[in-house]
Amino acid sequence: MVEELGTTTEGDLIINVGPQHPATHGVLHLVITLNGETIKKVEPHLGYIHRSIEKMCESLTYRQFIYVTSRMDYLSAHINNHACALCVEKGMQIEVPERAQVIRVLMDELTRIASHELWWGAMAMDLGAFTPFFHAFRERETINDIMEETCGARLTMNYMVPGGVMADLHPDFQKRVKAFISLYRSKIKEYDEMLTGNIIFQNRMKGVGYLSPEDAISYGCSGPAARGSGVSCDIRKLYPYEVYNKVQFEEVLETAGDSFARYMVRIREMNQSVSIIEQLIDNIPEGDYQAKTKAVLKLPKGEFYTRVETARGELGVYIVSEGATTPYRIKFRSPGFSNLSALDHMARGSKLGDLVAMMGTLDLVIPDIDR
Amino acid sequence: MFLVKYIKEVFGAIKSLLVGMRRTLYYFTHHKEIITQQYPDNRETLKLPDRFKGEVVMPHDANNEHRCTGCTACELACPNGTIKVVTKFDITPEGKKKKAIDKLVYHLELCTMCNLCVIACPSDAIVMDQTFEHSVFNRAELTKVLNKPGSKIMDGVE
Repeated sequence: MVEELGTTTEGDLIINVGPQHPATHGVLHLVITLNGETIKKVEPHLGYIHRSIEKMCESLTYRQFIYVTSRMDYLSAHINNHACALCVEKGMQIEVPERAQVIRVLMDELTRIASHELWWGAMAMDLGAFTPFFHAFRERETINDIMEETCGARLTMNYMVPGGVMADLHPDFQKRVKAFISLYRSKIKEYDEMLTGNIIFQNRMKGVGYLSPEDAISYGCSGPAARGSGVSCDIRKLYPYEVYNKVQFEEVLETAGDSFARYMVRIREMNQSVSIIEQLIDNIPEGDYQAKTKAVLKLPKGEFYTRVETARGELGVYIVSEGATTPYRIKFRSPGFSNLSALDHMARGSKLGDLVAMMGTLDLVIPDIDR
Repeated sequence: MFLVKYIKEVFGAIKSLLVGMRRTLYYFTHHKEIITQQYPDNRETLKLPDRFKGEVVMPHDANNEHRCTGCTACELACPNGTIKVVTKFDITPEGKKKKAIDKLVYHLELCTMCNLCVIACPSDAIVMDQTFEHSVFNRAELTKVLNKPGSKIMDGVE
């Protein structure tokens, strides 16, 4: 039993951050033990937004369960759906047409940019800078409009189906994405001017929340949180899926391991995503957008695992099938949960005010942690 | 040496702040680049994308005829139990019994707009509408019957 408020026998103060706190972006509850202003322990309490998605998936068919995963990491909903579709395709041994593969990668990268945009704005707002939030949402709005036109929704699109995508690209898609990229290249310089070079921001980020490469690996961190420490873990590069082995991009690595390194990884990753989109947008092959599949999908008996790189890290989907139309068991390895577990290690010994900077650069999405 | 470094740091800091402020001043003087979107009150002229998933509707033609055969493919495809198809038996002019829908009940409050029912429908009887304002005063209003009263199936749709 953890004491939720008051002082411990050693005279340390225990305070609660969350579950309703503007800096936690959701219902994350942190019980923090403080010695003066120095953090001695951070204990995350989870379960406030647990919807038992894994259990829900057991009663849904292989076509139906994909939409639920949009509600896990809602900022990279496309990539979550992509992981599930990949896993079903692996079990059914469905060959996805090349056009569908390119469309999927394009949508993934657009989602990644949109997710990093929101992270950039929200993190700057946590640290007290209000302007970046609106600048980030201005560009994100353009992506949302592109998504709305092709997929029919702005956040939880449910565009991926086993065997391809639900509908063909909208005729205006290429034109609008090209317009977005040319606009975006000029706007990303504004980001650096406004926030990255700012001395107040740098002083709050540099040297805060150090995570060594060894700790990043032992805590199971992935995505920008681990790449900021110099751990090479980009699934797109190490275990390429779809057409990622045909496009040129570099895995962004920073070696400092502090909050600023994780920040720079995401900023540079946005540039890489733009370059992936630039390479693919003119080379969308003709053909079907969906492979022909059976009306009722039945995975053969066995266990299937696929992983993709979401905006936050490695998402794994593990399906145990008994040969029926519904999965016997589904497990999601979500990136946010492992990244959150490193927060306690990072925060020990630093000041309470720096906790916001650490949480901001971990880019936590609470429904992804709780599921 | 320490003093030179200190002064350099101070001037570097001031420069970084000025660079940021320049961007702010730029938007302060360039009003046309500021984007503020108002709530879409222009209902008549507002054009949402064709694929926008607002709610499920069943289109009827001028003779009050729809294309639904009552095959319950949408009901089976729905992950949340949003759609319930209630069927009845019509007597055709030849005296045979024919299955037809009595009611197609649609629970908007359960719907997640995943579009699976629309792509499952073999006769294109249901489509997604572009409405976006779903708030009502009473929860019961969210349960809708999609086929209009007195409607029947279009000729030639099996």
